[in-house]
Amino acid sequence: MKLSLTVNGATHEVDVEPETPLLWVLRDTIGLTGTKYGCGIAQCGACTVHIDGQPAKACNVNAAAAVGRKITTIEGLSPDSSHPVQKAWIDLTVPQCGYCQSGQIMAAAALLARTPSPTDSQIDEAMAGNLCRCGTYIQIREAIHAAAKMGA
Amino acid sequence: MTTTLSRRFFLTTAVVAGGGLLLGFNIPTEAEAALAPVQGEGWKPPVGGVEINAWLTIDPQGVVTIRIPHTEMGQGGMTSVAQLVAEELNVPWRNVRAVFADANRNVTRGNEYQDMSTGGSNLVRNRHPHIMQAGASARERLREAAAKRWGVSRADVKAEQGMLSAGGKSGSYGEFASDAAAIKLAEEPKIKKYGDWWLLGKDVPRMDVAVKVNGSAVYPIDVRVPGMAYAAVRACPVPGGKVKSFDAAAIKDRPGVIAVIELKQTKDKLANTDMRSAVAVVADSFYRAKVALDLLPIEWDFGPGAQNSYAKMDSAARALMGQEGKHAEEVRGDPRPILAAGGKTVTGDYSRPYETHVPMSPPAAVADVKPDRIDVWSFTQNVQATLLLAAEQAGRNPKDVFVHGTFQGGAFGNGNAVDITRQAVELSKQVGRPVKVIWSREEDTAQARSRPPIWARFEAVLGDDGLPKAMISRAVAESMQPAYADRGLANMPYTIPHYRYERHVVPTNIPVGPNRAPGNNNNGFTIEQFADELALAGGWDPLEWRLKMTEGNERWQRVLLKLKEVSGFTTKLPKGTGMGIAVIESHGATVGACATVEVSRRGALSIEKILIVSNTGYVINPRAATEQVKGCVAWELSHALYGGLDVRDGRVQNTNFDSYKIMRMPDMPTVESVFAMSQDNWWGGFGETAGPPTPPAVANAIFFATGKRIRSTPILKHDLKWA
Ligand code: FES
Ligand code: FES
Repeated sequence: MKLSLTVNGATHEVDVEPETPLLWVLRDTIGLTGTKYGCGIAQCGACTVHIDGQPAKACNVNAAAAVGRKITTIEGLSPDSSHPVQKAWIDLTVPQCGYCQSGQIMAAAALLARTPSPTDSQIDEAMAGNLCRCGTYIQIREAIHAAAKMGA
Repeated sequence: MTTTLSRRFFLTTAVVAGGGLLLGFNIPTEAEAALAPVQGEGWKPPVGGVEINAWLTIDPQGVVTIRIPHTEMGQGGMTSVAQLVAEELNVPWRNVRAVFADANRNVTRGNEYQDMSTGGSNLVRNRHPHIMQAGASARERLREAAAKRWGVSRADVKAEQGMLSAGGKSGSYGEFASDAAAIKLAEEPKIKKYGDWWLLGKDVPRMDVAVKVNGSAVYPIDVRVPGMAYAAVRACPVPGGKVKSFDAAAIKDRPGVIAVIELKQTKDKLANTDMRSAVAVVADSFYRAKVALDLLPIEWDFGPGAQNSYAKMDSAARALMGQEGKHAEEVRGDPRPILAAGGKTVTGDYSRPYETHVPMSPPAAVADVKPDRIDVWSFTQNVQATLLLAAEQAGRNPKDVFVHGTFQGGAFGNGNAVDITRQAVELSKQVGRPVKVIWSREEDTAQARSRPPIWARFEAVLGDDGLPKAMISRAVAESMQPAYADRGLANMPYTIPHYRYERHVVPTNIPVGPNRAPGNNNNGFTIEQFADELALAGGWDPLEWRLKMTEGNERWQRVLLKLKEVSGFTTKLPKGTGMGIAVIESHGATVGACATVEVSRRGALSIEKILIVSNTGYVINPRAATEQVKGCVAWELSHALYGGLDVRDGRVQNTNFDSYKIMRMPDMPTVESVFAMSQDNWWGGFGETAGPPTPPAVANAIFFATGKRIRSTPILKHDLKWA
């Protein structure tokens, strides 16, 4: 079935089953591989993107439901890694293996968009859905505070 | 009853930002250059440069590109190799770039990189001599080139920060790179020693950060090759079982399905990377392949493994703990007659279940088998081993196989323990086009070579001084790799005059393998809680007891004295709060932990802080080492608090994060990392050594808070309430 998706400001005509998770449409059909697969059941947050500005787990949204909405992936967060969250992640060398970090960054950017100076407990709450097997949680929290100071 | 971990706030300690120096990352090697367009954004064309030796090139602007033979899987190995080379070469860090080294070159040109494997916290501790040698050799050839051009002796030429100088003359490395490439040294230089370092020992930011904040870092799961098909695979969920039959006709008309292929097991007894019996569905997208595979009727011959369960292993192990072990090591003296004579006896039983890796990226591999060459991108911790495996599977000459370096989305030991490379090669061969195999999370958890369980009983008799005079440690191991059980028990550091280690084995069908310190993580929990039991039974303070029992052991004394200095450890906190300590030696390092916990009367546990004191001999990058320490603490707390594979009917039942839980941000305690380095000509590792002492420190702290001894993990399954 032909569907039209708006990703990072561009329109993509894709031919997929309507129930195909957005995650796989982004990765395999459109070729935006920055959004990661970690569990497929909305447990890990590796696939976090923004839909109409809200964080969403792309493995848990089907392609048909994403039609007509504004989808932003890690590739579209900024043209040159200049989003304050990305800058803070670089300054504090947050990533280890890096695999979870697209999702972490998208979740953090969404948090800061609605709560510009979050407390630790607000960070905990917003980030609890994003697993990091390398255990970079402490650095992520520090980097969110740093990004808040830059004015994300 | 299940105890819940309360939400914690933690205080952020000051962070060393290090200026956020951002380093470039470039496309690997000549072989990869041809394939650059398929690898997505973020891979820049190779820097033009002159090859000085297999390890590095220098371009006319003096930019040094270092080839990294090892895997970057989050441990910082890429940055470590570059730092070791740059130290000797003496170039400004801002001029350093990294690319993955070419395994094909290593195979065809006589092992220029020596060992390309990555694991066992080995990279810095065991490989720094030959890595530094590569940098030293290049530097001396640059000096020799300048000496020749200027008509002076090499001894008079200085090589510093990318510049060569002698008398009034000077020039950059870039200007002399071509000359240096042609120079043969009569004798190789010696590498620098501690004290002469200018870059080692300093905080260096990881080189791979920039590509990991914008989605451009390429992992095996991200590789896209023109004409590529996708495969979902299912090996027998009961390890050791085989495919009996399947009904391909039932799914062949589903959208996108290209082929349904049985992957045949060729050996009866499977080594790490041997092909397991499995079925694969190849389709034009992964999602279509996965859905079709889920719908495919498969009949399995589960084999005898289907009778296995953790509960069965557990009861067999507990029965064996009362019997003298078959495999025994008399480490010192013979404790049996002393224990038989009785006296003040202390006994403790401990156990830990299976755990698994769940690297954040489920394993994936791409293979493109063509008539004249094979290209592979795969889940691996050793690109050379993967190359040889691909060649063997395809029946080709290794010189025609190219394994391309990518980042790994975690591996933790499983990277060389599974058959995904063989699957991709076999499927590509059979369908005649490139194939990407992705293991679902469920497949990964079911098929990983997990960390073995352990059961251990300790028995000791105390002397008049309250210290143990005789002790037997008796482990029960699983049958796949029982020697993991020995780690930390056969070589227990406490100087008990009569000490014996025994081992039993219980049968299992679940494969096990490397897992970020499997043996030491298990036995850290057993031996370091029993150490506290011994100390308290003899009327000793746990920290003083450890100091006494390791007298003369410089590595341990240094860690224990530092713990004493910085932890504020005390056994005298009010009930409901507790501090616990533990020390474990593994992978060449001695690492201590001090945990501070609170437990409410109703049994809610909150871990306030974990302090880690590491003695690895030396630390080359304190900042990266600290990051590894924090990661190891999260790793091992995940298992200790929530973990445990649920093995029933011969298979792992909890195969995704909803049922196999790992730590989330709200549960992460404050971690403080302190170094206490011997700096005495031995090197230990950081990649996995802060994990093992963490759970026993927490369990010892819980004992002081509640009076309850935690004899098994996961800790949160225990009732911690106290009155
Ligand atoms: S892949 Fe979507 S939450 Fe894990
Ligand atoms: S950095 Fe590896 S999973 Fe988060």
